Amino acid sequence: MIHKALQCRGVTKTFIVDGEEGGIIKRIRNRKNRFRAVDDISFTVEAGEIFGIIGPNGSGKSTLIRLISTLLLPNEGYISVFGNDVVKDSRKVRRLINRVTVEASFFKKLSALENLTYAARLYDVPIKEAREKIEHILGRLQFPNKKLKEPLENLSRGMQQKVAIARALFTRPTLLLLDEPTTGLDPRSKREVQAFVREAQSEFGATILFTTHDMEEAESICGRIAIIKDGRFVALDTAEGLKRLAGNRSGKKLTMDDVFFILTGEEWEGNGDKGESEVMENAGVD
Amino acid sequence: MPALIREIRASYGFVERNFNLVKRYMGWEVVFLFYNVVNTLTIGLIGYATGDMELVLFLVIGALMWAFLGVLFHEVSESIAWERWEGTIEFTFMAPIRRITMLLGTCLYAVIYGVLRTIVVLLFVLLFFDLGFENANFLSAVVILVVSSLSFIGLGLMAAVLPLISPERGPQATHIIQALILLVSGVYYPISVLPVWLQPLSYISPATYTLRMMRSAMLDGASLNTMGWDLLGLTICGIALIPIGAWIFNLGELYAKKVGKLKRSG
Repeated sequence: MIHKALQCRGVTKTFIVDGEEGGIIKRIRNRKNRFRAVDDISFTVEAGEIFGIIGPNGSGKSTLIRLISTLLLPNEGYISVFGNDVVKDSRKVRRLINRVTVEASFFKKLSALENLTYAARLYDVPIKEAREKIEHILGRLQFPNKKLKEPLENLSRGMQQKVAIARALFTRPTLLLLDEPTTGLDPRSKREVQAFVREAQSEFGATILFTTHDMEEAESICGRIAIIKDGRFVALDTAEGLKRLAGNRSGKKLTMDDVFFILTGEEWEGNGDKGESEVMENAGVD
Repeated sequence: MPALIREIRASYGFVERNFNLVKRYMGWEVVFLFYNVVNTLTIGLIGYATGDMELVLFLVIGALMWAFLGVLFHEVSESIAWERWEGTIEFTFMAPIRRITMLLGTCLYAVIYGVLRTIVVLLFVLLFFDLGFENANFLSAVVILVVSSLSFIGLGLMAAVLPLISPERGPQATHIIQALILLVSGVYYPISVLPVWLQPLSYISPATYTLRMMRSAMLDGASLNTMGWDLLGLTICGIALIPIGAWIFNLGELYAKKVGKLKRSG
């Protein structure tokens, strides 16, 4: 049986809002204190696909990635990675995935090499083999070899992010979760990372889930793009499909930024619930 | 078998990583060690002022054992808070290893680090005081050290859950547990001087038995077979506390994943 690389069905994640008055029991009982960070999301990603998720801050992108990463448990719904349930088979899923986050999660006092050696032990990659792969990946990302032994806190954010990408890729994940990997990078580093993401997909055959704020970036990298707002997918299609969809509403030639504002902004909201269902239906959201 | 080897390698990864961190935070290490040495010497000097060398030994053994058990408990219980502070908690929890592998790796590091640090403090103590350990039974002492480590690892695992489920208050709560053990276990005084209502707590603290046996071994040269019930009790306690600690930790992880606490600080 051939499994989808990633399958999400009716996934919902609710959090209890902090800072409300009363004890934890009172807060749990009070439904008003619950916040739906991910609200009934369904989609599938094919093996080898680069799937983009774009949305504003707090729209639910990172929560969705953390649910897939086995770091959160969904309240409702089902998520599988190559047929493995992220809740019941979490260790199998963790073998198949790796993740790069917007903040590079490292021991900052340790060098890149020490951090990567730690990763190699956890992912059972022999140190010699890991080192060769790391040097190859970092070389492609224009990362100077001599910086490998410097504490990460001495490196720029762009360099740290390149190390984070090398750490995620040398384990050869079949599903790579890239959560805003280019946010805050200078234009050159951004381009290098983008080029490497494409290369990772073609060279390693990895399936990639890519979140970003940058509409043009999503258009240039991703095969299909979902637009997320308030925890819900409001549209899902190729960049061209989304442009057509938004263009039908505005009647003019659109950039991806225009598409985003039309599909998530005031104009779209003004059309009410009917507009949302119409867009979602047209956009192929499950 | 390959799976076991994989998990052992991953466990070693935690030991290696933590010793790399020790090297990078060497300034802190020197400060902690300096404080540890001075603290032990100061406590020994309290006994020295009375002119009773047996009291000096009593106090120094208490201080050394507390330094070891304290380090063990601290390293295990603070491991989650540390990962959260560094920002690596999500990376570590996403790794394809069993949770017990992570916990045992942390514990193994804590034991090695605790032993090394205690040896350094002991060397300073021996340079400072003219202590007579001619009656000491070192074999018994080593066995007691190993057996008591198990209990403190178990307690550390239970305490490690606190920073997992409560990032803000959890780390402070682990200090309360540590302080309570210090108070009731007879580290620097006989348990009999505690208020009667507090004494029952000393019976459930593994440190009470550890200290009693260690003092017998180092001061009176007691052999293991004279320690019978205390040693057996401490062994059973250690064997029971580790799985209980791991089980509680797993429950804590489940809770953290439900409410979204499994994330970095800030």
